[in-house]
Amino acid sequence: MNIKLEIWRQKDAKSKGGFVTYPLDGVSEGMSFLEMMDFLNTTLIKKGDEPVAFEHDCREGICGSCSLYINGRAHGPAHETTTCELRMTKFRNGDRIVVEPWRSKAFPLIKDLIVDRSSFEKIMQAGGFISVNTGAAPEANSIPIPKNHADEAFDSAVCVGCGACVATCKNSSAMLFVSAKISQLALLPQGQVEAKTRVQNMVTKMDDLGFGNCTNTGACEAECPKGIKIANIARMNREFICAKMGAQKMSL
Amino acid sequence: MIKLDAKIPEGPLAEKWSLYKKNVHLVNPANKTKIDIILVGTGLSGSAAASSLAELGYNVKAFCFQDAPRRAHSVAAQGGINAAKNYRNDSDSVFRLFYDIIKGGDFRAREANVYRAAEVSNQTIDQLVAAGTPFAREYSGYLDNRSFGGVQVSRTFYAKGQTGQQCLLGAYSGLIRQIAKGKVTMYSRRDMLDLVIIDGKARGIITRNLVTGEIERHSAHAVILATGGYGTIYYLSTLALGSNPSAAWAAHKKGALFANPSFVQIHPTSIPQMNDYQAKLTLMSESLRNDGRIWVPKAKGDKRAPNSIPEEERDYYLERRYPAFGNLVPRDVASRAAKERCDAGYGVGDTGLSVYLDFSKSIEKQGKKAIENKYGNLFEMYNKITGINPYNEPMRIYPAGHYTMGGLWVDYNLMTTIPGLFAIGESNFSDHGANRLGAGSLMQCAGEGYFVIPVTISSFLSDEIKTPKIPTSHPEFEKAEKESKDKLHKLLSINGKQTVTAFHRRLGKIMWDHCGMVRNEEGLKKAIELIAKLKEEFWKDVKVPGALNELNQELEKAVRVADFFELARLMCQDAINRKESCGAHFREESQTPEGEAQRIDSEYSYVAAWEYCGEDKEHNLHKEALKFENIELKERSYK
Repeated sequence: MNIKLEIWRQKDAKSKGGFVTYPLDGVSEGMSFLEMMDFLNTTLIKKGDEPVAFEHDCREGICGSCSLYINGRAHGPAHETTTCELRMTKFRNGDRIVVEPWRSKAFPLIKDLIVDRSSFEKIMQAGGFISVNTGAAPEANSIPIPKNHADEAFDSAVCVGCGACVATCKNSSAMLFVSAKISQLALLPQGQVEAKTRVQNMVTKMDDLGFGNCTNTGACEAECPKGIKIANIARMNREFICAKMGAQKMSL
Repeated sequence: MIKLDAKIPEGPLAEKWSLYKKNVHLVNPANKTKIDIILVGTGLSGSAAASSLAELGYNVKAFCFQDAPRRAHSVAAQGGINAAKNYRNDSDSVFRLFYDIIKGGDFRAREANVYRAAEVSNQTIDQLVAAGTPFAREYSGYLDNRSFGGVQVSRTFYAKGQTGQQCLLGAYSGLIRQIAKGKVTMYSRRDMLDLVIIDGKARGIITRNLVTGEIERHSAHAVILATGGYGTIYYLSTLALGSNPSAAWAAHKKGALFANPSFVQIHPTSIPQMNDYQAKLTLMSESLRNDGRIWVPKAKGDKRAPNSIPEEERDYYLERRYPAFGNLVPRDVASRAAKERCDAGYGVGDTGLSVYLDFSKSIEKQGKKAIENKYGNLFEMYNKITGINPYNEPMRIYPAGHYTMGGLWVDYNLMTTIPGLFAIGESNFSDHGANRLGAGSLMQCAGEGYFVIPVTISSFLSDEIKTPKIPTSHPEFEKAEKESKDKLHKLLSINGKQTVTAFHRRLGKIMWDHCGMVRNEEGLKKAIELIAKLKEEFWKDVKVPGALNELNQELEKAVRVADFFELARLMCQDAINRKESCGAHFREESQTPEGEAQRIDSEYSYVAAWEYCGEDKEHNLHKEALKFENIELKERSYK
């Protein structure tokens, strides 16, 4: 099929960027979206143009490297799908496809479609862990964990840190990302000891880095490629309020 | 003259590690804070090592090419992580896990290293659970286990089909805690270009900042590589596109021997290639073989839809050929059996290059919900890519390049032949012999990172406590930096007509055809010629756009593909040298009358460790004889 791409090109953080239109013929339905981008780049390189820079690695939806705002949606039109898992069968011959980088002040642009997501790392460093030194762990089965808690913790832990939630939120809020980690650790007995400091430190760091607040539009949940639930945000808020008030931990 | 010394400690097998720990020279806590360690790669082994070393007090500088350590390809491991906990009371033990790994590797791994890997596996599970890794649990609240290929016990811990992600994030959480404490300095978006050796010891690395293009020098008292495998040499593989051997290869060219390079695992259950544009193959976890049955039609070229082929007209060829292990034979055996059926004309799908993996029986017996609980995300992934719903119709699968058992040669300390240079995880060769068993990779990576390297590195560092900080102004840094820059400039100046990817694809095809699942001398020799020609063409006609001092993804790829040509030749040389079949290395000239791999223990019971002798020169072979003192060498039968 033949498509028309409109892609955000920007040489580096300091340069001014803009959309460039690329008509692309001979796209196969069997391609993934990123294979289509590879195909475009091959065409550009052969013509002596600069290929489009975009981030990707595992190409199976688990590393969280890929991003892209496609036709106004984070990771494109398919539900619970990362850009690398998106197939060209979702598009028709003659389609105009607009491709943009994640847009958020907290994710400054590096080049073309690549942004700097290190602010996520900084939030994680503020408390996204259990402080157990290597060698200090007790026997694994000494702490039975109810299956439903373990399963729920797992559902929160599958976040790949891609940043779609931030990119799609009108407030550029990182609360889905942050709350997923807080929930995972709050649901597990191992995470209890540091629960109060963890939530306070991570939320403070998130605010410091310029991420916005949550106004409950639910856009993050709708666009999360891993199906992380907005209930995590409610749990984080509860954890945060309890921690601030110095209250006893509410039941899970 | 290099003399291989594996430095295996004295004493009975089961006591070697304890005796070693008792006697190893230590670095006292105050001195640790004066010692710098460079760690390249932040997958499971790298992250675990970085946090553990930093907790001990060392100053760690960690590097990864991704934008964040959490994205390393350990994240994609699906099925599980083994440990000898014996939670099922099914007679598992450290010795049994050790034995299964040695046998699974077709008796081509070093006993002492493997025993230690089995020994620390239990602690690894404790550590990951304590770090918050949400492994699957039973309704009782206790940890669940499942079975994997090549074994008859249930010892695999798992988190749905995302065990690698959860283990990596567990280790990563330890790493970020040390970054926050300032004990680890994290350098992400960096490619290691070269290793710097001063007075015979590894003292630093040259990196390229992938955002600015700047070439940087970093120094330390020791360097650890945790850089993963090189399955991407086939172009199409189950690996992340960025996975590459360039750091290990740079170390190899500086004197680290490369062991068993041709031992590559071809994973039996990947989604088959669908078109010529494809950039990678997606793995479907081996754990699926717990509940999925593999079959092809009994009639050649049967084009009927799978569900309309009646039971009696299906050939469950693994169950037929290997009744004892059935669908759970090891990966190499399952891969070759699939290839055999497809080559004989029984394959399915448009290309005839796939077989069915069928869940209907298990869904019937256990219910859809139970299957969804175990494999939900894998079924979804399959559905997204192929448009086929595996709850209603069997999956189609085919083997794909996956894991490299070969890697940098290391001794019991995990040190390479360059003093002060260590290799852990998939980047070394040590534990899996000629074939890795499922769920063994996470086990090895986490075990070495958490519990082995923090101990063994002190055998080297205890002699370094008087060594001051290494200055990056040393002439060796200067020289290495210049060589790296020259290579990059050369790549950028060729300005030919073909893309880097086009060359990679062609190299991959040569390797898949001649140095893949089945090898023979004629094909391997032909491959060496083809590789040499393609390499020459690459250095004349590759087109690398852009400049050095900017984000340049084509340049990153070009550096890696340039190294692949050299590694590809060595893989073929290694495969020619080993005239026996063992594990994943199947030489057509050496098979039993039933078509199974025929080992030749009298001649090849050794590790082939290769020495780099200069560009386009043949490598020199060094042999480390394998001594089996605790087990009897047997034909590896799964029948």
